[in-house]
Amino acid sequence: MGKRARRGAEGGCNGALSRRQALIAWGFCLPFVLVFGVFMLVPLLSSMGMSFTDITSRDLRTPFNVNIVGFDNYVTLLTDPRFHKALLTTAIFVIVGLPITIAIAMAFAVALNKGLKHLNAFFRAVFYAPVVASVVAVSVVWRYILQDDGLLNSLLAVFGIDGPDWLHDTRFALPALMIMTIWRNMGTLMIIFLAGLQAIPTELKEAAAVDGAGKWRTFTSITLPLMKPTILLGAVLISVAYLQFFEESFVMTQGGPLDSTLSAAYYVYQQFGFGRYGIASAASWVLFIIIAVVSVLQFRILGSDE
Amino acid sequence: MTAMTQPVDVPENRPSLWNRFLKARGPVYCVLAVIGVVWIFPFVWMALGSVKTQREILAIPPKLLPEHATLENFTKWFQELNFGSYFSNSLIVAVITVLGNIVFCSMVGYALAKMKFAGKNIVFGAVMVTLMVPSVATFVPLFVVVSNMGLSNTYAALILPFLTQPIGVFLMRQFIAGIPDALMEAARIDGAGELRIFFQIILPQCGPAMATLAILTFLSSWNNFLWPLVAAQTDDMYTLPVALSLYSTGQNATNYSVLLAGAVLIITPILLLFVFLQRYFIQGVAMTGIK
Repeated sequence: MGKRARRGAEGGCNGALSRRQALIAWGFCLPFVLVFGVFMLVPLLSSMGMSFTDITSRDLRTPFNVNIVGFDNYVTLLTDPRFHKALLTTAIFVIVGLPITIAIAMAFAVALNKGLKHLNAFFRAVFYAPVVASVVAVSVVWRYILQDDGLLNSLLAVFGIDGPDWLHDTRFALPALMIMTIWRNMGTLMIIFLAGLQAIPTELKEAAAVDGAGKWRTFTSITLPLMKPTILLGAVLISVAYLQFFEESFVMTQGGPLDSTLSAAYYVYQQFGFGRYGIASAASWVLFIIIAVVSVLQFRILGSDE
Repeated sequence: MTAMTQPVDVPENRPSLWNRFLKARGPVYCVLAVIGVVWIFPFVWMALGSVKTQREILAIPPKLLPEHATLENFTKWFQELNFGSYFSNSLIVAVITVLGNIVFCSMVGYALAKMKFAGKNIVFGAVMVTLMVPSVATFVPLFVVVSNMGLSNTYAALILPFLTQPIGVFLMRQFIAGIPDALMEAARIDGAGELRIFFQIILPQCGPAMATLAILTFLSSWNNFLWPLVAAQTDDMYTLPVALSLYSTGQNATNYSVLLAGAVLIITPILLLFVFLQRYFIQGVAMTGIK
């Protein structure tokens, strides 16, 4: 009934009708298209453009003072040891932090995948709670915990360990930030992994058990392979977040001591703060391209034998 | 084989089922309980520290419980610092961002899910681009754009860039795609236009997706930091995280009792939302993560 009526209408004035529909559809998309155009596309393109100029904060009022400098900004970055260090720090943060986050999240997800429903929901909430808290707020709290005579070192002292001044020691500042970041982000992965685990048919695990596979063997040969797409998704989500780490350093160490916690994103922010918008744009493009490449690589590597 | 030869539970064995469960899962829950206490202890330590006096918070070694619990750290936020202004800025920005996302993301989601039109792929591509470009890549030029528009240091600067977020578009598109076409067809035959179909047929069905979207958007807006730090330039425009971060890195960097009170004030509203609406938080992660 409905189909016939519609076909009749379309037969009569097909062109006009679809044009009208397209107009209405674009009307529905208009708010998004406007926001996208003004606050995403224009900035993206102009940041590309700005990265080839010597624009500074003073040029905001006098745009004609801006000169095109070609690849100068990129050359400056390539020869700036601070930028190298920032990239290295960011790389270490991701390469060490990501596997640890995944391992811990997987352990919690497996532990909470069976047993008493309500008890599991309670623990799930406990382990997820840090995710919803403001990074700035928890950074303040952790700075208080990690200070030289703070809670952590007082606890260590009970066991006779003389803890380091975590945030003022070049060897310990980055690991300390990492521990906090893992604590804050683990919950997201745990929820994603739990959803993935629940999608694995129990018959498969039962079949493995019938074949005499132990728990660990079942986990490595059945669960992990089936979880691969879920782990991949989580890995991309977390590494994109870790590649941009900034707030933790900003509040806890201001990039110090001796730039040991200066991340790539923090470097961009600093250059922006100095008013050097050209360099800041170039650095943000380098970071953006790294983020894109890492995402693509992870899809390639982890998704290779499918 | 082993599974087949296991004895079947006979009624007399029933009570031991609980014991067997305890034996199997008991240790796991014990370990989880210990880790759980450690996991939330930073929040407990924050709350305890926020009611300690200046003198007590500097005690070495630190004492667990405050001897003379005080609210003076909180009154400092309300009386000497502009907590009211920071809080209302955060709230105004978050609420308008949430409302905008609910309306606009549903509109795009509906167009992408249910309508055929030339340029649909372009819109979809734009959503993907927005999803993938990190904020660190755009904040510098975004600041230049916003300044040139004369919007820097306004609510518009804090709100407009986040008014239709790609996660929301995905969420609504996916949800609306699941609403049967027959409902819309029936309304069309009755002579309803697209607008009426959208407002009277589609939107009323979207409650659960909107709730999830509202929670996700509120959370990200409330905790948003980098852009407000760049865009808000005077104290009267600061949001809570900006105000706390600047207070914590200034001359009051070691004034921990006041800093912790500030952290409590930022975290408590979100933690309360989380406790009562936990389902939507978890759903949001699972829905947008798994897709």
